[in-house]
Amino acid sequence: MAMTARQRARVSLYVQAGIFVVAIIALILATDWETIGNSVFNFAKIGPMFPDIFATGLVNTLIYTFLGFIVGLSGGLLLALMKLSSFPLYRWIATGYIEFFRGIPALLVFIAFGYGVPLAFGVSWNVTVIVMISLGMVASAYIAETLRAGLQAVPKGQMEAARSLGMPQWRAMVTIVIPQAFKIVLPPLTNEIILLTKDSSLIYVLGLTASQYELTKFGRDGISSLGAGLTPLLVAGAFYLVITIPLSLLARKFESRSARTKR
Amino acid sequence: MNDVIHSSGSTGTIHAAGVSIKDLRKAYGSNEVLKGISLDVAPGEVVCLIGPSGSGKSTLLRCVNLLEQPNQGSIQVGGFEATDPDVDIDRMRRKVGMVFQQFNLFPHLDAKRNCSIAQTKVLKRSQAEADKVSMHNLERVGLGHLADRYPDQLSGGQQQRVAIARALSMEPELMLFDEPTSALDPETVGDVLSVMRNLAKEGMTMLVVTHEMGFAREVADRVVFMDGGVVVEEGVAEQVIGAPTQPRTKEFLRRVLDPTHIEIEE
Repeated sequence: MAMTARQRARVSLYVQAGIFVVAIIALILATDWETIGNSVFNFAKIGPMFPDIFATGLVNTLIYTFLGFIVGLSGGLLLALMKLSSFPLYRWIATGYIEFFRGIPALLVFIAFGYGVPLAFGVSWNVTVIVMISLGMVASAYIAETLRAGLQAVPKGQMEAARSLGMPQWRAMVTIVIPQAFKIVLPPLTNEIILLTKDSSLIYVLGLTASQYELTKFGRDGISSLGAGLTPLLVAGAFYLVITIPLSLLARKFESRSARTKR
Repeated sequence: MNDVIHSSGSTGTIHAAGVSIKDLRKAYGSNEVLKGISLDVAPGEVVCLIGPSGSGKSTLLRCVNLLEQPNQGSIQVGGFEATDPDVDIDRMRRKVGMVFQQFNLFPHLDAKRNCSIAQTKVLKRSQAEADKVSMHNLERVGLGHLADRYPDQLSGGQQQRVAIARALSMEPELMLFDEPTSALDPETVGDVLSVMRNLAKEGMTMLVVTHEMGFAREVADRVVFMDGGVVVEEGVAEQVIGAPTQPRTKEFLRRVLDPTHIEIEE
């Protein structure tokens, strides 16, 4: 029997909804609710995590992310300008750096600067410095590409108009191109902060003193000390979302604003 | 050549600069766009460059303020040897205003700031003085009342008039126009052309790439027809547009002036 397009669409919806309901029922039946309650949603035992996870963990995560971002933004800007330079050596160095640090796991960078470099050169760095360097170096590579794309997204005519008014190259860059590029890169840069927030958790591989703990470290410690199963990780995860979801909304707002007007 | 000084109403005087182009060649790879162009524009003169697209007229114009680097030949602009590798290019460009087909206004600045930004950053004028000059030039193009609008709040014709005011605010001695009305809605073309007509009357030296034959005929002192990277025909506007002698010029003008004309005879 032939069906009309509307009938076919309706049948398709029913089938999809049916599969969903069956899957949910199967999941509910297969789940051991008591174990889940004890080891994932065991909120009765997590009292001792507070207020330190908030006062120390959240604050440290924010500090580490911020420091990494500042270093990453400065390094990224330098690399982006190098990549657009007329001097080939600068372009090669920047390309090599970017490909290298985007291509290896951030965790390796943390281990290298946390253990390798201090050991090899006989120096001892404070954790904050290690985080700034490791997170900053990885972030530089990603931010450099974002900034380069932003600078190149400004129409060529803008540079030409500025130059034909007698502005030197650097002046046209500073006054005309960079302010426009900045608006273009605001959304991707905000996403970059979200990635950094999550990458800051990699600091757990370093030996931390209590005052240096960040969210993930609190979560891991909670698992071994509180006897509430994974619940402490769930709490740490919730704190990450408290940071990242507003940033994500902010990025979306920037995006819709720049879509509406170029100002 | 004597420097001709024309009065320009309340701005005082325009010191006009001439252009002298000799055997100019420009190629992109093996594609030769300009094949030895020689052209003089006297101070105070208005010259229109016409010709089919791809004839090299825009490239020629862009070579004059070095937005394109010529491969060979020489260009003199005012007292500057543009093709000298040691020329102070930024100093030269201050004397040469450029108006683009796509306006190229700065979208993050309002109309007045578009006009004042280069005055403060390049000519080192105070903001107050620059604002005064900007307002004067915006009024000159009939847009004084829209000085605080941003480019995206202006029509194409208004944007192009702001772009002209922006160039004039640097008090140039030569104005280059690169198809200034080609990207405009038909109903806004007239406003832009009338601003250009007034500028010509005030004695500005102008080199204009255009498809507006009516404007060229009425305003230009001289018309230059280019095709295939060479100057095919040049002379007073009446003669080149009214009574062309070269077959290529005739053919081009017939297409432009009567686009609905259908070739019947073989």
